Amino acid sequence: MTGRPHIQISKVSKIFSTGGREVIALEDINLDVQPGEFICLLGPSGCGKSTLLNAVAGFSSPTSGTITVSGQSVREPGPDRGMVFQEYALFPWMTVEKNIAFGLEIKKLPGTKIREKVGALLDMLNLQDFRDRYPKDLSGGMRQRVAIARVLALDSPIMLMDEPFGALDSLTRRNLQDELLRIWMEFRKTIIFVTHSIEESIYLADRIVVMTYRPGKIKKVVSVTMARPRDPSSVEFNDLKKELSLLVMEEQSRHNQEQTRLPTAE
Amino acid sequence: MNKFFPAKVFDRLQGLLVPVLLLALWQYLSSQAIINPQILPAPTAVIAKWWEYLLPTEAFDPAKSGYLAWFFSGEMIRDAYASLYRVAVGFFIGGILALPLGLMMGANDRIYKLFNPLIQVLRPIPPIAFIPLSILWFGLGNPPAIFLIVLGAFFPILMNTIAGVRHVDGIYIRAARSLGASQTTMFLRVMLPAATPYILTGARIGVGTAFIVVIVAEMIAVNNGLGYRILEAREFFWSDKIIAGMFTIGLLGLAIDTGMNRLNNYLLKWHRGIENK
Repeated sequence: MTGRPHIQISKVSKIFSTGGREVIALEDINLDVQPGEFICLLGPSGCGKSTLLNAVAGFSSPTSGTITVSGQSVREPGPDRGMVFQEYALFPWMTVEKNIAFGLEIKKLPGTKIREKVGALLDMLNLQDFRDRYPKDLSGGMRQRVAIARVLALDSPIMLMDEPFGALDSLTRRNLQDELLRIWMEFRKTIIFVTHSIEESIYLADRIVVMTYRPGKIKKVVSVTMARPRDPSSVEFNDLKKELSLLVMEEQSRHNQEQTRLPTAE
Repeated sequence: MNKFFPAKVFDRLQGLLVPVLLLALWQYLSSQAIINPQILPAPTAVIAKWWEYLLPTEAFDPAKSGYLAWFFSGEMIRDAYASLYRVAVGFFIGGILALPLGLMMGANDRIYKLFNPLIQVLRPIPPIAFIPLSILWFGLGNPPAIFLIVLGAFFPILMNTIAGVRHVDGIYIRAARSLGASQTTMFLRVMLPAATPYILTGARIGVGTAFIVVIVAEMIAVNNGLGYRILEAREFFWSDKIIAGMFTIGLLGLAIDTGMNRLNNYLLKWHRGIENK
């Protein structure tokens, strides 16, 4: 894992001002992500992990500092960084097939090429039977598969995932985690994955970035060297889980204290 | 319930109970001359009149017209056609004007600020209040009537289109941006479809308003149509014809609303929860 980093985050800070009060969401974040690396951003809610992801995605720009992707400074969202949202964000007026094809139609690919590609993705994610369905007819897990297929269709080298499995039941969740790992290994994507589940981060990541609660800083970066597929019942897994739990709980308790101190703050 | 009398049939019959009782009471009051039939004619008299109003006025004469033309030559059919025609034209013009303006106002803050004050001032004026002005501007006949209907359809469609575009969930816009959508694609393939539930609600209210306005407009500006006919019947003290006309107006309104509802369900088959409506 050497050479030029795929995503370079340097000295990034982000300050939100709401109602005359300034909240430092991110402070002096420095992180290099190598090509093909699987990074998890871990922390309690309000630690700025989604803010950081959105900055990489180009939805909001940092107050100071720079983010570059393949050497290019990030200015706006683009199809080189596919985004998967917790709320799925599928277009409800389009069928499964149309949702997956949308990005390709924007790219103005020829129709036969689009059909071919969409067909392959439907096969890969076991969605063939649902191609003509609307998102409202699908379960949460199915919807998230479609959202992943929609991003894969674009061949984006980077996938940004904002708590994508947070709303799913644990079985579906494990299922999709395995599927995501399979896809990641097959296509060697660079992934930044936001989660507040310690177990999920250990199961998936090459490196786990633990963040602090307000201001959001990097508390610790933990490399996970266990071979995949990882066994959540193994000693090694649980030792790491304990270590990370301590780190995260410290931040969680600061979060709780602040909540009780400032009951009116959102 | 047994198979000859399933629950569904029972429900229907139950719904008929109150109207049937009311009709019976009405029939009793009129036939016993407790109420003057000039004031409230018996239901049977109304039905007879309705039937007469529906049927062709002249005997069939192959030399004059085809059978179908004759069949639809009844006064009611011609009146209903005249009213529907006005509603259709007025609604169409109102929609053509309101939709693009609403889309632009919803999507662009500057355009919104430019037009909103004027719209807020004009919107509370009922279309009916435009009658004197419309006659002054357009004289008598279809033009003033259609002008009023345009006004009636315009505002509901406009307001709902603006609201629809403004309420598009930001997540769709973010998703589309990250998929590389251009401004045009964003507008046509994301904002417009996302706003359709609102727009169609506006269209449904708009067509309902147009139907109200057409009846009023016909009482003032033109000499045919259902609204004109019931006012004309009053001149001659034909209370049975007034009620028969009102009944026709009600049926037509119901048909329009049912049609709009069907169209909504078809266009919004992707929409969550619509199948239960």
